[in-house]
Amino acid sequence: MNRMRLSNWFWLAVIAIPLAVFVVWASVTNPRQFVSTLLNGVTLAALYFLVASGFTLVFGLMRNVNLAHGSLYLFGAYMGWVVGDATDDWFLAVAVGFASAALVGFLLQVSIFRFMQGQELRQTMVTIGLSIVLADLMLWWFGGEIYSFDPPRAIFKSIPMIVVGKYPTYRIVVLAIAIVIGLVLWWFLNRTKVGMMIRAGVDDRQMLAASGVNVQRVFAITFAIGAGLAGLAGVIGGTALSVSPGEDTRYLMASLVVVIVGGMGSIPGAAVGALLIGLAEQFGLAYAPTYGVVFTFLIMVLVLAFRPTGILGRRSA
Amino acid sequence: MSAAQWRRAMNTGAGRNAWSRPPRAPAASTAAIASVPDQAPAGFGAAVADALRAIGPRHVIVLLAVLVYPWVATPFFTYQIGGQAMALGLIALSLTFLGGYGGMVSLAQMSIAGLAGYMVAIVGVAGEAQGGASSLGWPWWIAVPIAIAIATLFATFTGWLSVRTEGIYTIMITLAIGVSFFYLVQQNYSIFGGHEGFNQVHAPMVFDIDFNKAVPYYYLALFWALAGYFFIKYLLRAPFGVALQGVRENARRMNALGFDVTAHRIAAYTVAGVLAAIGGVLMAWYNGRISPGSVGVGPMLDILIIAVLGGMRHPIGPFIGAILFVVVQNFAIDVIARERFNLVIGIVFLSIVLFSPDGLLGLWGYVRTHLAPGGVQPNRLSWRVGQTRRAPARTDNGGVQADR
Repeated sequence: MNRMRLSNWFWLAVIAIPLAVFVVWASVTNPRQFVSTLLNGVTLAALYFLVASGFTLVFGLMRNVNLAHGSLYLFGAYMGWVVGDATDDWFLAVAVGFASAALVGFLLQVSIFRFMQGQELRQTMVTIGLSIVLADLMLWWFGGEIYSFDPPRAIFKSIPMIVVGKYPTYRIVVLAIAIVIGLVLWWFLNRTKVGMMIRAGVDDRQMLAASGVNVQRVFAITFAIGAGLAGLAGVIGGTALSVSPGEDTRYLMASLVVVIVGGMGSIPGAAVGALLIGLAEQFGLAYAPTYGVVFTFLIMVLVLAFRPTGILGRRSA
Repeated sequence: MSAAQWRRAMNTGAGRNAWSRPPRAPAASTAAIASVPDQAPAGFGAAVADALRAIGPRHVIVLLAVLVYPWVATPFFTYQIGGQAMALGLIALSLTFLGGYGGMVSLAQMSIAGLAGYMVAIVGVAGEAQGGASSLGWPWWIAVPIAIAIATLFATFTGWLSVRTEGIYTIMITLAIGVSFFYLVQQNYSIFGGHEGFNQVHAPMVFDIDFNKAVPYYYLALFWALAGYFFIKYLLRAPFGVALQGVRENARRMNALGFDVTAHRIAAYTVAGVLAAIGGVLMAWYNGRISPGSVGVGPMLDILIIAVLGGMRHPIGPFIGAILFVVVQNFAIDVIARERFNLVIGIVFLSIVLFSPDGLLGLWGYVRTHLAPGGVQPNRLSWRVGQTRRAPARTDNGGVQADR
């Protein structure tokens, strides 16, 4: 741990120097494209962070790899769309997206997962089964159509931006929401009693239970928040792009990679991972279209090769 | 060192909260390891002798049944049900070997199979793909070994990547690898033919036998299914297989005994890769095409469903699971609309995971223990691994000893 070996610096240089060369080259030859790609990457990262933070929160505490996280994303998006369509209130849609997914998450934890505590693999299998059933039920009910939201005019215009000229306001709004959610999560985990219990549970579940805390309640709350974040991201991401079947896989994949890269169970790790993956995806798309996904994969391979628990992951895992 | 760290350090093999469970019977695992030297030097001949001794009436009946099957079944049943189930079962067998005996549940097995299918199309003969990707058109006896070799290499790489992390992470990483592969073949037009993939990937004509026909294809798939089955049966009793099961039970102890845990795990991925690759070639021939749709998340999960449905405690499990899966797939249309197949299979999968973690084999074991008149002891499956009995079936962790 204390000896940062020479080879590590060597590998860092191998990665950093070409990256620096690329940045200089791209920003000199076509600053407009570079900056807009950068902005796109950061705002996509914001969306990924929203999805992945819930995933990593649940995983950190309960060791439950919730592979139905993408389905909760899609579920929240559909529920938000239904309400948004009926009331024309986008903010209400966001709230409903959060609440409906949180409710489903709560019910799942209380009715299924609490009975298989510690059986990690079985829980994962159950979430896989649930994701198949949920995806098909939603396809049945909502069909294959593409739904899009109708957000307030004020946040759906464009604002002036350096170099690029104009930039969609909504993407900046997503970034702001992600930052706010990140800060709220930080505050919740570090400054509230429940948050402290969650952190204590991440460190040592049995000790927490032994000190008289109702662990099941903490689990239920965490699962509800984690699922709710997926639903919230569903409405926000659905507004940025659209809501359609298949999005569940896409965002499940995104949160998986983000969490693997950033470190499993760590919220700051999710932020770092989201930033890396979001940027890699957008730069890949802009500069090497057919191989965009290879960059994401390469980042994952590199991180796993050098830090198997992720960039900010902890060793114990 | 805190109590928690200490516990983890001492018990990585026994799961996070091992102390809340009854300790597993150490005698069984030690016996499994201790019995290696007795069997190993005897080699293949003794294994064959043992296998012959172990043949019971049910083995003969099953073998006769699968051999006679195409002569009583319609071509539809032979090809769509029988052939497909054998090919899918072979891919699922690779997962059973990895998951049930290596303790590593990999979701990327379908990607490995898919890569083999793609390679058969790219190196061998296939129709012109969209976007300029074309196949080399080499004969099948060059294309198939190349395809299997490349897919096995990919499997080894997948293993090398995913054994760096343990237990539950494996499932996440292999899922991520599989989905990356899916997006790669979908976006890449120059090699993989993009969205459409390759058409007209046909099984070859060998000695005037057209393996595209139902009965020859069935026997081809059956041959490889049986070969894979007996190979795994043999391997599980060979020193490597026993050591692998030791690694599953407790990696730390095996390490202390001088076994290279990482090497055993990666080798398990390689072995499973060969099986998956053969299954992948068979599946590509069965479908007559290979496209991103064959390696998407759905098919990846299908393999897991098949393996779990049958039960991961015995190599026959994936084939039972595959038969059930294919039957449901083909006949769900009669019960409920065809589009709702996923709902049906999802619910079946969920109920198996929730109520019978050992799959249909576990259900069968349960029925046997409860119907046998005072005979069989409860909680003991009659499936044997070699001569040593497995530790009592622990039904509390999804049928797979995932914890390490």
